[in-house]
Amino acid sequence: MRIAVASGKGGTGKTTVSTGLALSLAGENGTGMRAHSQNRYRLLFIDCDVEAPNAHLFLNPDFQVRIETGPSVPQVDGDACTYCGRCAEVCEFNAIAVVEEQVLTFPHLCHGCGSCTLNCPEGAITEVPRAVGLLEAGPTPYGLYFTRGIMNVGEAMAVPIIRELKKWDIGPGREETQDGAGSTIWENVIIDVPPGTTCPVVEALQGADFALLVAEPTPFGLHDLRLMVEVVSAMNIPAGVVLNRDGTGYEDLERFCEDADLPLMLRIPLDRRIAEGLARREPLTTIYPEYLDRMREMYESMVKMVGRDLR
Amino acid sequence: MKIAISASSPDLKAEIDPRFGRAVCFIVVDEESQEWEAYDNPARDATGGAGVQAARFIAEKGADVAISGAFGPNAFEIMDATGMRMFVFQNSGSLKVSEVVSRYRDGELDPVTGPSGPGHHGK
Repeated sequence: MRIAVASGKGGTGKTTVSTGLALSLAGENGTGMRAHSQNRYRLLFIDCDVEAPNAHLFLNPDFQVRIETGPSVPQVDGDACTYCGRCAEVCEFNAIAVVEEQVLTFPHLCHGCGSCTLNCPEGAITEVPRAVGLLEAGPTPYGLYFTRGIMNVGEAMAVPIIRELKKWDIGPGREETQDGAGSTIWENVIIDVPPGTTCPVVEALQGADFALLVAEPTPFGLHDLRLMVEVVSAMNIPAGVVLNRDGTGYEDLERFCEDADLPLMLRIPLDRRIAEGLARREPLTTIYPEYLDRMREMYESMVKMVGRDLR
Repeated sequence: MKIAISASSPDLKAEIDPRFGRAVCFIVVDEESQEWEAYDNPARDATGGAGVQAARFIAEKGADVAISGAFGPNAFEIMDATGMRMFVFQNSGSLKVSEVVSRYRDGELDPVTGPSGPGHHGK
């Protein structure tokens, strides 16, 4: 199952929940450990918050693989080009311009969609990779495999990094597929989604079986949860809410969940001990080990809900 | 010589628009005949690269000179490549397009030799 942990508002506890869930599933009775004993990880954690990845702080991966990544940007062959301007016409992002007898490209604006290359009647465009970030991968001490993307300073384009990160076929879970090519089979994938409701968020959510929406009971929390719920319903992803910092006294958020028929999956109280533990890089499941079971129960409910929704 | 000025509505008496790429419209004035035409800026709601699209647009409309409050790096690159000259008006409140034209004629506007800022893409 692919579980995306998302929130509209930043700082609501996405990483607290995603890493806690990951450690619960990788633990003794979890699917990750069972696989681990066969020397195969079955749980993959993907940190898609490429602008500020932080899940590694709690999962301590040993990054053994590191590759550059980025969109393929157009390179125009000046001899073949007739300056017809078709490439500029089809570019949604104005990353290529034809003015008089010149073609100017703006790599920083290019999303790497390939429309210009496809539409060039002269075949004058080739695509060259432009590194805008890194993909990193490695095992953790907890029987789960970890990957993340990290965007270079000064870059603005997170989507191509997230796209490549999610496609990245890496890890010790590789199994032969029927065509003999082999592919990594994961029993569970946990995706830490960036905050907000922008393109990178949609890219990270794409393909998820369930979206775990972490929300805090504040007016801001409710405002951004509403936006997030619109996104996941537009994408047809079943969702449930984790109420973090429960106990602020603000009740509208729970009322909204009831009205919107959003199941409340888990409550995490507003608790100084949790804050202090997190500040020491202790995962939630270490601070309060009872969350190991609570997270597993939550996982079982998600499995049931996805089953119901698929039927 | 044709001058393109970023404006907040399609009229010579309209107030200027300090933004270039996302200006509401452009007024293109023919310096010799004093005739002018107003165009909606097609880049106003662009997903990205508004400066690029706006610069291409006024180049197509035959502008030799562009006047706005600021020019970003992408717009600057295109206009520099096409040899279009750029001028900025300083933040002067409710300046009208017609007043900008006379200031340009009197040589009171500052020519632009580099982009005004780091650009806005991805922000």
